[in-house]
Amino acid sequence: MEKILRVEKIEKYYGNKSSLTKAIHSISFEVEKGEFVAIMGASGSGKTTLLHVISTIDRVTSGHIYVEGVDITKLKGNGLNKFRREELGFIFQDFNLLDTLTAYENIALALSIQNIGAKEIDKRVHEVAEHLDIENVLNKYPYQMSGGQKQRVASARAIITNPKLVLADEPTGALDSRAAKLLLERFHYLNQKLDTTILMVTHDAFTASYASRVLFIKDGEVFNEIHKGESSRKEFFDQIIDVVTLLGGDLNESL
Amino acid sequence: MNLFKLSIQNSKKSFKDYAIYFFTLILGVAIFYVFNALDSQTVMMNVSSSTKEIITLMTNILSGVSVFVSFILGFLIIYASRFLMKRRNKEFGIYLLLGMSKRKIACILFLETLCIGILSLGIGLLLGVILSQFMSVLVANMFEADLTRFTFVFSSVACIKTMFYFGIMYVLVMLFNTVIIGKCKLIDLLHASKKTEKVKLKNPILCIFIFVVSSCVLGYAYYTVTGGVEQIQDASEIFTPIVLGVLSTFFLFWSLSGMLLKIVMNRKKIYYKGLNSFTLKQVSSKVNTTVFSMTIICLMLFITICVLSSALSIKNSMTYNLKTLAPIDVEIKKPIDLTEKRVNDSWEYESRMIEDSKISIQESLAKMDFDVSAYFTDIVTFITYETDLLLLKDTIGTYYEEAKKKYPYLRYETKEEFIKVSDYNKAAKLLGLEEISLKENEYAIVANYDGWIPIRNAGLKENTPVTLLGRTYYPKYQECINGFIEMSGNAANMGLFVVPDMALDESIRANAYLLANYKEKTEEGKRKVEEIFLNIEKHPYMEKASIEARTKIYLYEASIGLGAMATFIGLYLGIIFLMSSAAVLALKELSESSDNKERYKMLRKIGADEKLIEKALFRQIAIFFLFPLLLAIIHSIFGILFCNYILEAFGNEKLLESILMTALFLILIYGGYFLLTYLCSKNIIKEK
Repeated sequence: MEKILRVEKIEKYYGNKSSLTKAIHSISFEVEKGEFVAIMGASGSGKTTLLHVISTIDRVTSGHIYVEGVDITKLKGNGLNKFRREELGFIFQDFNLLDTLTAYENIALALSIQNIGAKEIDKRVHEVAEHLDIENVLNKYPYQMSGGQKQRVASARAIITNPKLVLADEPTGALDSRAAKLLLERFHYLNQKLDTTILMVTHDAFTASYASRVLFIKDGEVFNEIHKGESSRKEFFDQIIDVVTLLGGDLNESL
Repeated sequence: MNLFKLSIQNSKKSFKDYAIYFFTLILGVAIFYVFNALDSQTVMMNVSSSTKEIITLMTNILSGVSVFVSFILGFLIIYASRFLMKRRNKEFGIYLLLGMSKRKIACILFLETLCIGILSLGIGLLLGVILSQFMSVLVANMFEADLTRFTFVFSSVACIKTMFYFGIMYVLVMLFNTVIIGKCKLIDLLHASKKTEKVKLKNPILCIFIFVVSSCVLGYAYYTVTGGVEQIQDASEIFTPIVLGVLSTFFLFWSLSGMLLKIVMNRKKIYYKGLNSFTLKQVSSKVNTTVFSMTIICLMLFITICVLSSALSIKNSMTYNLKTLAPIDVEIKKPIDLTEKRVNDSWEYESRMIEDSKISIQESLAKMDFDVSAYFTDIVTFITYETDLLLLKDTIGTYYEEAKKKYPYLRYETKEEFIKVSDYNKAAKLLGLEEISLKENEYAIVANYDGWIPIRNAGLKENTPVTLLGRTYYPKYQECINGFIEMSGNAANMGLFVVPDMALDESIRANAYLLANYKEKTEEGKRKVEEIFLNIEKHPYMEKASIEARTKIYLYEASIGLGAMATFIGLYLGIIFLMSSAAVLALKELSESSDNKERYKMLRKIGADEKLIEKALFRQIAIFFLFPLLLAIIHSIFGILFCNYILEAFGNEKLLESILMTALFLILIYGGYFLLTYLCSKNIIKEK
């Protein structure tokens, strides 16, 4: 299989010499094309930092991150923006939709900043809206939508550019369980049908159980890794819970 | 003390957001001081008493204008502080949540206003004192006085006045803030930033309808003050186009905000290009709520442009005119051959005046102990003639009927004035005008008043004959000749008939004229002669003589004074208006930058280039600044035309120059605020 993402011994420190915080302490892993990977960990384990450095929002202290062979830790300025714009899709916990634009315009914006023609935009917006089941809200403004709808619009915006990698930061964090389930089913559908590679950070075992692989992070290091394989979602969920229990501490409490 | 610390910290922290507010306050204080300190700047100057009088009048008018200016600045400050309060709603909400009483919050605000007030007054006054030193150079230049010695001037009166006026304004702001804080609710404060603005699209058909209607109304208003201006008889009639203009401006903005968005949205190629959709929605979401302030700003800009360009053009054309219209040192006029008959006519002449009217100007002056030949040189004397048998209505031919309709206010019963061609040529030579030669049955008209020339020309084109003492004369030229025999500050000769010498005789003599230069050639010497000459006014014989004199020095001083007055008032009002409207726009834009910060952050997250984001921000602010300016400029084209019509008597030769000056001010102040706003906003949305 083709490697989409390769993370090599990355480290991330915060602060200065007198008070140094190690957010990530040597993490390495790989993500293949078409995988749906969840990263789990308690708060403070470094999972959000990991997502930030992969998404180039933050820089690593040492180590390398390759996306399709390109070392993104070496990118700068507009190259960075171009990479973010063309190779990555983002889904955030708090949706990050522009309140002045309709759902359609929000989704279209991701394409229009790549200078894609209006006709092509129209075609693709409707296509992606169909996949995410949001065609009926396309002309609504964010304040007229429910949380689940907003997150699916945000997801549509993330995948419409056909990114190599979709990064999701606690995508179900602000949703109720029904909306969360709906969204995750859509993720699963995108992953299976459109072969979208997804890297998702979560602390929720239920959310993680939709992935094909789960990485556990503790104190800035990869603690464990489990594959779904042929097991059912229910079985996979139980496996995740087992690891979580093993990890102990506050991840348990957050469940 | 704790509160004090907190408020100082707050002021420091929000200095970046306050920057424009602070800057505006300082500028306001400085300008207020500079214009109120004008009189003390002129004290040291070496100017004549008549100039001093004009300066006193000017400072009185300026201090009256200052009251008006302080109202504008007061509104600006209250408006600005309301914006800044809005920004900090959440902060106040947290204070309240922590159990701080409303009175304490009001106290914090009070202290903050005090800090900012004292600081801005201090810096502003300092800046004002420095600027007013430059101002004295300008004043000296304006009154054409030489700045022999440069002294540092500080006007304590202006300083105290500035402190007093601004003190009142700040107190008002404090009261206003306290009232606002007292009225607000905690829930609203905390959720202030979360309230999503609803972008309502207006009905496009209604928008187009209103757009068309208000454009038509505006067009009509434009027509009334330019093309149809002659129909305006009464000063109160001017209010109709003004009210129409104001209303249609408002509705134009209202409809444009909805219409433009709709039009661009339908042009998908443009709308979905880069960040255009974002920028447009940014603008329109605000235009919806800011139509009112846009209107006010547009009108303020309009007034500014008109006031500045008219004021500057008055000054420019006045000094320009004088060079040609007052080429000699002195001109004296006196009626001759006054008779009892003329008493019944219009004026009442006493017998002693009649007596004086029998002798020449030189003889009259001699009776007042002034020897003409001792002081004057290049003397030219001549006489003009009038007759009851030739009135204005007789000399404009068939145009009379039309003129009566068009200019009903003219007095068509006015007697025409005649001069012998040889006399005119003598005067013309001295005055630097073209000489005229006539055949025995020809006449010509000399005039230079723009308002009358077309009426005269209409008569001349018809070859209207003029019958004088039994003989008939025909026009030599089809147009008036440029010329005059009386000096004045502006071109005001409505028409003088030049006829062959033998056409006139003693029986219809009207006025005697004496034109001359002073024998003294130096500036100083001329002033001395002037003083001696003007002293005849105090002579007892003056009672009897009805001598009218105009001197070059007097005309210059009067017109310089008037020009300077217009310039200073124009500058004062213009700068304050420009500054206020630009500041309101800037504050409005900046106060919403915290919302925008989130939005731009999102754009960055989805991968928009820094350049693209800056472009979007620039466009957004540019549209906000340009929208009102554009309409204001269109308004001003017609406004200036109207002002021009009214001020025609002052001459308008230098209009282009003054418009360029106005544009310079506009670019400097308005453009400066625009740039400042852009830079501040860029700073705010920058990722930290």
